[in-house]
Amino acid sequence: MTEQTQAVENSSPSSGPSIIRIITGIFGHFLVKRFLFFLFVVWLASTVIFIIPRLSGQDPVKEKLLLEAQRGGAMQTGLDAMAKHYQKRFGLDQPIWIQYSNFLNDLAHLNLGVSIAFFPRTVNDIVFESLIWTLGLMGTVTLLAFVLGTLAGAILGWPRRPGWIQYVFMPLLTLAAIPQYLLAMILIFIFAFKLGWLPLFGGYAAGTLPELSFAFFIDVIKHAILPAFAILFSVVGFWAIGMRGMMINMQGEDYMIQADAKGLKGSRIFMRYAVRNALLPQVTGLALVLGTIVTGQVLVERVFSYPGIGDILFQAIRLSDFFVIRGIVIVIILGIAGATFLLDVLYPLLDPRIKVGKS
Amino acid sequence: MTESVTTPKPIDPTESDGWNQFNTDRVQPIKRYALRNPSLIWGCGLVFFLMLFVGVGHVVWDTEQFRPLSTPTRLAPTLSHAIVKGGELTGEVKPFPFGTDTAGRDLLAVAILGTPLTLRIGIIAGFTSIILGTVAAFVAAYYRGWLDGAIRSVVDVGLAMPGLLILILVRINIGRELSVDEMGLALGLVGWVFPARTIRAQVLVMREQAYVELSRLSGTSGMGIIFKEMLPNLIPYITASLVGSVAGAILASIGLEAIGLGNFSTPTLGMTIFFNIQFSSITLGMWWWWLPPLVAIVIVFLGLFLISSGLDEWSNPRLRKRV
Repeated sequence: MTEQTQAVENSSPSSGPSIIRIITGIFGHFLVKRFLFFLFVVWLASTVIFIIPRLSGQDPVKEKLLLEAQRGGAMQTGLDAMAKHYQKRFGLDQPIWIQYSNFLNDLAHLNLGVSIAFFPRTVNDIVFESLIWTLGLMGTVTLLAFVLGTLAGAILGWPRRPGWIQYVFMPLLTLAAIPQYLLAMILIFIFAFKLGWLPLFGGYAAGTLPELSFAFFIDVIKHAILPAFAILFSVVGFWAIGMRGMMINMQGEDYMIQADAKGLKGSRIFMRYAVRNALLPQVTGLALVLGTIVTGQVLVERVFSYPGIGDILFQAIRLSDFFVIRGIVIVIILGIAGATFLLDVLYPLLDPRIKVGKS
Repeated sequence: MTESVTTPKPIDPTESDGWNQFNTDRVQPIKRYALRNPSLIWGCGLVFFLMLFVGVGHVVWDTEQFRPLSTPTRLAPTLSHAIVKGGELTGEVKPFPFGTDTAGRDLLAVAILGTPLTLRIGIIAGFTSIILGTVAAFVAAYYRGWLDGAIRSVVDVGLAMPGLLILILVRINIGRELSVDEMGLALGLVGWVFPARTIRAQVLVMREQAYVELSRLSGTSGMGIIFKEMLPNLIPYITASLVGSVAGAILASIGLEAIGLGNFSTPTLGMTIFFNIQFSSITLGMWWWWLPPLVAIVIVFLGLFLISSGLDEWSNPRLRKRV
């Protein structure tokens, strides 16, 4: 960016065209382009989310209120207030473009609406409370899986590895073919039900309240081990398979032969020549599978009743709490789009062949 | 019409007797290739084994017992007829080799019916997404221009939005349960972006190849090049991504069902998993409830995974070097 703007300033002293060129330069800039695409994804996704309920011709709020009225449960008391609240909140009698702009405006302020099932609580409250659990678990696991899987794949794709490694890692790779939530069930059965080493479900021991103490921290770790491993195993396999393929493709390359001919140490060729180059497509892969990892985790959380957004999503579906479901979908899409944007921004740092600023 | 210019092989009357000739011409190379590509064979074998179980099951077992309340509840798997309580014979029932669940379903019947239903979702979704994806990929990569830009941005946006989440929203708004075929179709409609992206990349590489160039110079139309030159060469790759799509769709369908959005009246593997989670069969110690669907799903995924890596090896010969 700096190089480009400098070049622009040097070449054109006259102010008129240079401003246009700076503007086109900015819009042609890699980062700006990527950011615009990020906004585009978010906008399109929210539009789809806005349109879907209108297409089906059903009103989730009315449906829910009707359902509750039929059940005649404890919800009866809040019905009037709720109905009024929604009428005012969404201006349902207003034309559709005003509803649409209201919706976008709310989103821009990260206002996800109000829960139907837990009426006075906002969706923001519910979602962000559980998001901490999900992000904590997922962040650790994804990072760990990326490192471990890439390393395993690199070793597997390396022709000069010891022979026994294949027999250790190959069975691990087949785990990539097993859905995470099934692995979760198997792990629960073995380590929680049969052996009783780890807790069966939840994010912390039932009856305790989240607090900042060492004992609670240990408890949280204990509860996180099984869900973490359920996700870790299958994701590790994914990375290892991709990396192995890249390493095999790398073998015939000229620079590999040259490094070999120079008499470099095997470890140096491995790390600096093979792994360094095979790593790049892996990073792109991370952006592609992020969605799968998130949805996989949502289901693992469901199996473990882990207090993350997966469990909230299940509860919301059970209670047909449309706004919480919508809120979770929006948050996940925002998260994935944001992470992809970040990866794209970081990519040029890893790959010097890509020049930032060139369109 | 131009006549074939290849000279026919001189026919040796002693050798050309039907099957033997066919055997050496056709079967031998396949056999030799199969030995070189064991993962393809293992994968096909696993899926075949599962289909065999389903086929034999439909013939010999009463599959109507998949309905709730058709059997005594919570029976552990047994082959004996007697119900023994406290050391006393209290009654006689049909044997249930896979046991029954808390709602009184015969789990063997559920396994026999559920496995093909789940595969059906996967196959419908897989074909839908591959056909859509291939068409989009060819249109984008062959004709380029604004069409390519439009398709690419739709694909990029689609990749950023997990299909499962969109399906959850759609399903919630439809407000009724989807049938097996509808779910397959819905999964296919959101799942085409990934094959579209990967196939597009393949077509882009291919259209620069010498034989495509030659075909274009000799006046073949765009459609002709696509159907006669490119598509046949991409068949192994497309088949591999079809298998991947089927696996992905099955994964997503089970996910959708596990989270409570399945069809409660069809005994698919995913619904069985849902009931297992719902009634916490693991903590009840009812291993016979969760084990069969789990084993079936693992066999399906392992089989598809092996088939797709076998096909990968076929379409990408570079992978054949040292595995």
